[in-house]
Amino acid sequence: MASEGSYYVPAQSKWPIIASIGLFLTLLGAGMMMNDMSAGVKDSSAHYVFYAGGLLMAWMLFGWFSNVIHESRSGLYSAQMDRTFRWSMFWFIFSEVMFFFALFGTLFYVRVLAVPWLAGEGDGAMTHELLWPEFAAQWPLMVNPDNDLFVGAANVVDPFHLPLLNTLLLVASSITLTLAHHALRANHRKKIKLWLAATLVLGAAFLFFQAEEYIEAYHELGLTLSAGIYGSTFFLLTGFHGAHVTLGAIMLAIMLVRVHKGHFESDNHFGFEAASWYWHFVDVVWIGLFIFVYLV
Amino acid sequence: MSTVTDSVDTDVKAHEDHGPAKGLMRWVLTTNHKDIGSMYLWFSFAMFLTGGAMAMIIRAELFQPGLQIVEPAFFNQMTTMHGLIMVFGAVMPAFVGLANWMIPMMIGAPDMAMPRMNNWSFWILPFAAVMLISTLFMEGGGPNFGWTFYAPLSTDYGPPSTTFFIFAIHMLGISSIMGAINIIATILNLRAPGMTMMKMPLFVWTWLITAYLLIAVMPVLAGAVTMMLMDIHFGTSFFNAGGGGDPVLFQHIFWFFGHPEVYIMILPSFGIVSAIIPAFARKHLFGYTSMVYATASIAFLSFIVWAHHMFTVGIPLIGELFFMYATMLIAVPTGVKVFNWVTTMFRGSMTFEAPMLFSTAFVVLFTIGGFSGLMLSIAPADFQYHDTYFVVAHFHYVLVPGAIFAIFAATYYWLPKWTGHMYDETLAKVHFWMSFIGMNLTFFPMHFVGLAGMPRRIPDYALQFANFNEISSIGGFLFGTTQFLFLFIIIKCIRGGEKAAAKPWEGAEGLEWSVPSPAPYHTFTTPPDVK
Repeated sequence: MASEGSYYVPAQSKWPIIASIGLFLTLLGAGMMMNDMSAGVKDSSAHYVFYAGGLLMAWMLFGWFSNVIHESRSGLYSAQMDRTFRWSMFWFIFSEVMFFFALFGTLFYVRVLAVPWLAGEGDGAMTHELLWPEFAAQWPLMVNPDNDLFVGAANVVDPFHLPLLNTLLLVASSITLTLAHHALRANHRKKIKLWLAATLVLGAAFLFFQAEEYIEAYHELGLTLSAGIYGSTFFLLTGFHGAHVTLGAIMLAIMLVRVHKGHFESDNHFGFEAASWYWHFVDVVWIGLFIFVYLV
Repeated sequence: MSTVTDSVDTDVKAHEDHGPAKGLMRWVLTTNHKDIGSMYLWFSFAMFLTGGAMAMIIRAELFQPGLQIVEPAFFNQMTTMHGLIMVFGAVMPAFVGLANWMIPMMIGAPDMAMPRMNNWSFWILPFAAVMLISTLFMEGGGPNFGWTFYAPLSTDYGPPSTTFFIFAIHMLGISSIMGAINIIATILNLRAPGMTMMKMPLFVWTWLITAYLLIAVMPVLAGAVTMMLMDIHFGTSFFNAGGGGDPVLFQHIFWFFGHPEVYIMILPSFGIVSAIIPAFARKHLFGYTSMVYATASIAFLSFIVWAHHMFTVGIPLIGELFFMYATMLIAVPTGVKVFNWVTTMFRGSMTFEAPMLFSTAFVVLFTIGGFSGLMLSIAPADFQYHDTYFVVAHFHYVLVPGAIFAIFAATYYWLPKWTGHMYDETLAKVHFWMSFIGMNLTFFPMHFVGLAGMPRRIPDYALQFANFNEISSIGGFLFGTTQFLFLFIIIKCIRGGEKAAAKPWEGAEGLEWSVPSPAPYHTFTTPPDVK
């Protein structure tokens, strides 16, 4: 309400407390499920807590975003609010970049330092000799130091099969999304819907092939979470990337619904832009994955 | 819930004038930065007492050699939880609370940039605290592996409650990241016209940089605990050498988060002290610009020094050297700051009200902590000091008279603005001297027992350390009980006392003193002019 009466300070809201309770129940339920799983509890009821939390979270997200969209469409937001949203989305994506930075850092540390050291390089000579004298460094790591506890994979995913296809799909989806954005700026409603729908189809195809790849990895290649550090980093990186693609696709799907409802103007559509920033971000992460997890 | 106004037809005009809502729901549903700031501060104080009670148990057990009061397993849980609660529950939320209260008033903004998300950032905290503390009552007990939760202690050998500890960390991280984004957006976007970056109070500057650090490293911590979770439940081998992973990798990731984290707990203190010392020396801050650049340099260096926590773990010689020299470099910008504070005091008309007492003690005692840090940064010497009480002495000297004294100072400095009353100066001075004596009695002897080889995190010790430990424990009990006096002073000040003027401190500067005391529920609904 400041800056010439244009700054919007929202009134009280019930959504944050619902979000807190929802988050708490979701994570509590997830923790109970994991502990029950590891302890081999048969008739665990932990998933009810998890679902209750998840439902609360879904309700909250729907309600909270509905509020924001209503406020935005009734013109309560100023150019200053718009900048706030832009800064926030930028810093949120930066936090995601740092999350993936930790995961990639893990991969590089293991490949460049940990595995060679276990094989006796550098200061690792005594470790090698005393613990696993048979162990030889290689990447992908097919035979682990303790290969009885962590059975190495029989084979790894061929980068020029599904991963290459997936790379093409995601890069294409970034292009179609940009086309949708251009259409939005030119106010071609039909074209927006077309290109946005195409982006979603490409994203869904990516997720489908990613699932296919996982099934192959588990059933044919022996590449599992417990196949040692190669499997661990492989599934950590691709899994979290896949989760982010899923989230991005949900965002874009909501944008498609909003376009159908007639939302967004050619010069005022930050919701759309935020979702597309996010989508381009997961695309860039995939390029990193394709190079460092699959190719080299 | 009838007071909930979610619909857009809220009467915006009416909203501008109204005061706080009534009852409990005011606090649950609020979007007001002052309400949320107060809640952060009260939460922080509750956690300070909780973590403090655990410290009292530790000191009681260490009063004499031998095992008297608690089982060793429980002792381990106490050291772990004391650290976690003080770091994530007491110090960090206190600074976020101060940021909430003060930053909008300091830059002439009507509120935080995203008031609803602000509320969410706060309300995650009590739930996370409940999850964290409840682990103590679970089968197998709470986390017992130290606040650094090194693998494999926390993966292969941790109690089942570790799962909930991990999720509590996730919640705290989500809260911190949202809080930090909000602070950055507020500072970058809601400054009053004329308030250029280089006119911002240093508290605002230090918080801007702190928020950046938070957004950069909390996700890395999330990555670390996620990998732990996968190692525990899903058969991965990130931190297990048998599968080609490396327990040392955990330490690298943890300290990549952990070192910026310790600056997250000190940079806002620098901002607070840089506001208080000029006010009570009745001089402008010496070297404002160099303060800003020094803060930024410290933040940058914080990303490239993490392995100085790991000198003894077995890293290559070149790594030891790099991290040693990089660590020593931090002394340069920190020295700039200490120089500037001292120079600000030089030939000032100083008076020593409670905020100034705590700030002066901050400069002296934090410098002692900085010097012991320099000693620890020398890699070959660290082989002797590592995991001894010398390290405990070092980081308590930077955190207690560093972070916590600055929080006390800030509380006394701004309490008249918050409550509209002056606090009881005599009692506040008693609080200061008892804290000062108690704190030094507790932690100074730890330098000696540490250098003589007493290991940290052990409930028993060799007989020759008995006298110094006895002194430490007496100091600890003194410091601990004194904090109830602090609580009393605050409650007394809220309930009444001499009326505070809009600017109760003669030499104080800043927009927050241009509004009445107590600050109205909504301030700067139209931006002030900053010359």
